[in-house]
Amino acid sequence: MAKWSEQYPDATGHFGSYGGRFVAETLMSPLDELARVYDEARQDPSFQAELAELLRNFVGRPTPLTFAGRLTEAWGGARVYLKREDLCHTGAHKINNTLGQGLLTRRMGKPRVIAETGAGQHGVATATVCALLGLRCEVYMGEEDMRRQSPNVFRMRLMGATVHGVSSGSRTLKDAINEAMRDWSANVGHTHYILGSVLGPDPFPRMVRDFQAVIGRELRAQALERTGKLPDCIVACVGGGSNAIGAFFEFIDEPAVRMVGVEAGGFGIETGKHAARFTDPSVGVLHGTRTHVLQDEHGLIRETHSVSAGLDYPAVGPEHSLLFEAGRVEYKAVSDEEALSAFSEICRIEGIIPALESAHAVAYARTLARELGKDRTLVINLSGRGDKDLDIVSGQLLKV
Amino acid sequence: MTRISRLFATLKQNHQKGLIAYLTAGDPTPERTPALVEALERGGADLIELGVPFSDPIADGPVIQKSSQVALSHGAHVGSALEMARAIRARVDLPIVAMTYANPILRFGAERFASEAAASGVDGVIITDTPPEELPGMWAPLRAAGLATILLVTPLTRADRFERILRDASGYVYVVSRTGVTGAGEAARGLDELLLDLKTRTRLPVAVGFGIETPKHVRAYRGKADGVVVGSALVRRVDEAGPASAPAVAAAFLKSLSEAC
Repeated sequence: MAKWSEQYPDATGHFGSYGGRFVAETLMSPLDELARVYDEARQDPSFQAELAELLRNFVGRPTPLTFAGRLTEAWGGARVYLKREDLCHTGAHKINNTLGQGLLTRRMGKPRVIAETGAGQHGVATATVCALLGLRCEVYMGEEDMRRQSPNVFRMRLMGATVHGVSSGSRTLKDAINEAMRDWSANVGHTHYILGSVLGPDPFPRMVRDFQAVIGRELRAQALERTGKLPDCIVACVGGGSNAIGAFFEFIDEPAVRMVGVEAGGFGIETGKHAARFTDPSVGVLHGTRTHVLQDEHGLIRETHSVSAGLDYPAVGPEHSLLFEAGRVEYKAVSDEEALSAFSEICRIEGIIPALESAHAVAYARTLARELGKDRTLVINLSGRGDKDLDIVSGQLLKV
Repeated sequence: MTRISRLFATLKQNHQKGLIAYLTAGDPTPERTPALVEALERGGADLIELGVPFSDPIADGPVIQKSSQVALSHGAHVGSALEMARAIRARVDLPIVAMTYANPILRFGAERFASEAAASGVDGVIITDTPPEELPGMWAPLRAAGLATILLVTPLTRADRFERILRDASGYVYVVSRTGVTGAGEAARGLDELLLDLKTRTRLPVAVGFGIETPKHVRAYRGKADGVVVGSALVRRVDEAGPASAPAVAAAFLKSLSEAC
């Protein structure tokens, strides 16, 4: 059978029936151009060498694979390891992608960058790379997210970025993407849109995946070195799905490696207030791609809820849709409450404060660890650190 | 001959440009939409683009976003927009083009949409976020139902895409006057060349939209385009006028443009 990586996406940017380019005509030729420049850069050893150098000496890669001995003991099942994306410069995996796209922006000769952000991690990573490379940076962020992730708004501004509050819709990530796409379609001549997840029209899903795939490549080498074998199971949270694809991609063609994506169950699936796209799967088109999306009977996009801004999004990357359909990755949902409880647990017994997004993966890992049993290895992709979440968590934990 | 081709043939004979007016179905309310279209006809509109509201209109500027929100707040959706189209068809003989995004049509079902739209008196569709390359399974039923598939060309469309777009386009070609979303703004440099170039490539009528607000804008396309589209400027006047005055205000506004056509 052909390898997944060689099969998907096809030449027109489709992952099976998912993906593609659902954009207004204005963006079609610019997307062709972006795909062409990216494909050239991908093959260009000097581009790859510069990216690798920066990942090592600016981001701090490779990130460690930490054995979580006390969690392992507490859960009484599989041996738990943490892939420490929280130790990346700027505090999350997001910078793997922004660095790649930042270099690409410079290669295209565009002086201005725009980005959307939910939790603010992608906005911070974009602002950082723009400061590093001398690019102008403007970030769109929902006003609700600006309120709940205010430390990240300040970080972006410190690094010279302009942050535009978005007041439409639910004032969260979805609305920030709407606004960023509108800006891009007006200014595409001199602006690159650094999209932060494996979303949007082709080539974004494959490009962001390729930049994040460094996570899985490192993980393979580290797992082999430390345990002498591939991990038995990898678990990652899925908002748009970039940290998950980054961790999974290397292992899609390794059938022995079980992979689990964890979505935001919000107040609980039964309340309808969540961001779990795969619990009652429905396919649609949002933000330039055909994928699973939360929508009503009239095809209007539903409002979502999650305690974690980075998972609070109604659609999901199209490659996840295909992985779901193919049964290659399992998707589970974890509620706000379960995520918060996992957040506290890992703080207390491992000395690691995770992002609320990553805490969702930790929460489901507890179930997985017991299911897998001893002598198995379970890797949690700890996609980010939780400094940005302290206000939310103190508020929420006081309530509980 | 379809309503759309008949319209442009007549306009050509009379050496006139067509005035295409955009309205969101359900703004100010679903009940008032048909009467508002009648007023647009009185004001000189030749064709109606009826916007089917979507929750996330990424190709639209603030005016049409707001208008979509108003319509959605009154519960408008694909099904009710088609009911409005039916009521409009009972009152006027203008061509009606439904303008929306991919998701509402897919959710409704492309085949069902095609047959119900045609039965409601809709003459064509514009699906803003769907280029001809995507979803052949959606375009085919629309064509089979006799609906015109109106595609867009923009100042950024590279020549290598023209052939593909023009092969699948019918009704008219919608030329977007500049980059960006719907609403006010200067036409792009090179637009005249684009219009001339298109004329050598297709026999379809060519209509220009985005940023059309004054008779001067309309006159600027004399001899260069077969029609002009007025959207945000009209919708803003409708919203500012309030439901009761909207028909009179809209008719007067269109009249000023229509005289320049």
